Amino acid sequence: MPSSSANGKARLVTVGAIATVPPDRPSGSRRARRPSTALVSRAHRRALVSFCVVLVVWQLGASRATWLGHPLPWIGHLPAPSAVWIAWGRLIGDRGYWQSWVLSGGRVLIGFTAAVGVGVPFALLMATLPVFRGIAFPVFELLRPIPPLAWVPASIIFWPTQELSIDFVIFLGAFYTIVINVLGGASAIDVRFLQAARSMGASRWNVFRRLILPGVLPSLAVGMEVGIGITWEVVVAAEMISGGGGGSSAASGGGLGFFIWSSYVGGSYPQIVVGMLSIGIAGTLSSAVVRRLASSLTPWLAVR
Amino acid sequence: MLERTGAVHRTPSSVAAEAAQIEVRDVDKTYGVGRAAREVVKGCSFTIDRNKFTVMIGPSGVGKSTLIRLIAGFEKPTRGEILVGGKRVDRPGHDRLVMFQETALFPWMTTTDNVLYGPKARGECTPLVKDVASRLIDKVGLGAFRAKYPSQLSGGMQRRAELARALINKPSVMILDEPFRGLDAMTKKLMLEYYAGLWEEARPTHMFVTTDIDEAIFLADRLLVMSHIPTRVRAVLDVDLPRPRSLTAIVDDDRANALKMEALMLLHEEAQKSFAAGSRAVADFVEAYRRRMATGSPR
Repeated sequence: MPSSSANGKARLVTVGAIATVPPDRPSGSRRARRPSTALVSRAHRRALVSFCVVLVVWQLGASRATWLGHPLPWIGHLPAPSAVWIAWGRLIGDRGYWQSWVLSGGRVLIGFTAAVGVGVPFALLMATLPVFRGIAFPVFELLRPIPPLAWVPASIIFWPTQELSIDFVIFLGAFYTIVINVLGGASAIDVRFLQAARSMGASRWNVFRRLILPGVLPSLAVGMEVGIGITWEVVVAAEMISGGGGGSSAASGGGLGFFIWSSYVGGSYPQIVVGMLSIGIAGTLSSAVVRRLASSLTPWLAVR
Repeated sequence: MLERTGAVHRTPSSVAAEAAQIEVRDVDKTYGVGRAAREVVKGCSFTIDRNKFTVMIGPSGVGKSTLIRLIAGFEKPTRGEILVGGKRVDRPGHDRLVMFQETALFPWMTTTDNVLYGPKARGECTPLVKDVASRLIDKVGLGAFRAKYPSQLSGGMQRRAELARALINKPSVMILDEPFRGLDAMTKKLMLEYYAGLWEEARPTHMFVTTDIDEAIFLADRLLVMSHIPTRVRAVLDVDLPRPRSLTAIVDDDRANALKMEALMLLHEEAQKSFAAGSRAVADFVEAYRRRMATGSPR
């Protein structure tokens, strides 16, 4: 392994003064790579370029239906970015539009929190109690392939309010992913960790709290990141199918999914794109929050 | 001290009971049942003597690690019994700590937290213990790495951190299962010398498992040469070389080479039975050594 030979070299130098060499090596090389003077980082500049390219191509493509005499298959039917921008500008002051954000965001938050709150203990129980796993896992595996959206009609029947039925479907979207990831993370914990802990006289509770719990955190982080993405997929579709709950028109706020649907029904195409982009932004923001949360829970992964 | 003039004991040892910290009595270990049954250990008896450095050497894949799991109490023998300090082993305990082949430091704990894990888990983490931990970390040369995670340490440092994590529990026996495997040659050499020095300070009871004969001769007071699978003790050699030893000087030491030869002949016989990897290298060494002895004195 290349890393071990590098470590070996470091050791060689450190025989005399153990404390000095190894920490300097990695941090030094990292510093050299980072352009500290640039106003915008290289990553940001690249992102900016790709956004500009997309906007230009989109604007040009949408500005006419044919290009060099050929009809454009897809982009030609799209409202231009300028039209979307104008529609967005009108909606900025619209309470209903922001209420759609709040409604969808709230549903995602409720469903996702419930999925973490129920999924993590459920997965940990399965991971630590073989009997419980034996009982619960087969049912879980049978239900897991059912797409959350297939639950929408049943969910509307089960739950007293439409709001709860949407929350439930969102919950399912994140629940399976989180459970599977935590379960996988728990079984990937090195058996020698557990043996070492038992040797040193650790109780079962201590092993659970100090080894299993932190041991599953990295895969819980992955599960949450994937899960939050699924919740946005699900919330939009659920709102479209169920008619969005709360309001009756686009402006009165039935969530972003319903906002898109009613824009389509109302024939306001730029508004459809506004809705889509809004979901993109909301999803990106919530993923960033989850990622930040996850990395604050796993500080040891950030240092390598 | 027992009077031994470097004589080679060809039979499994039966040293006086009071000197034995660990006694393995006629132990069998079989995995699986019926036709799938696989005997890994059979009729194995030996002792780990108090304040001695016992090295167990054998071809790879013969069940040395199985024996360690049995002594540690992670698994139970199919037959026979294992006594630690006169008491029968039935579960893991911090009187006999195992240091594994690859690092088993907890990745989510800093060096200090890793070292303090045992005392904390048992609710014995007093300020005094914390002080001991701090000095122990200094002693293994990780003073500047207290707050670092294992992934930030080099391979050799990880091994030393793990050594400190075990030593703080004051085990009556330390069991090390090929602890320096996977380190590059130079780091391994440094670790061996460092570790031998540490051991010589207090001469605690250590059991060390390896497949490397040079490592074995350098460290051992007693050398258990293990048989082909199902494993048992093939022979016990007393390595009566004076301490402190040096890896460089030992290369030219006639007594060391004679012991190495003795052990290798036995290992070669055992390795031949199993076509184990490494058998070829051993055969080459034995051949070369024979030729050298025939043509004159060894250097």
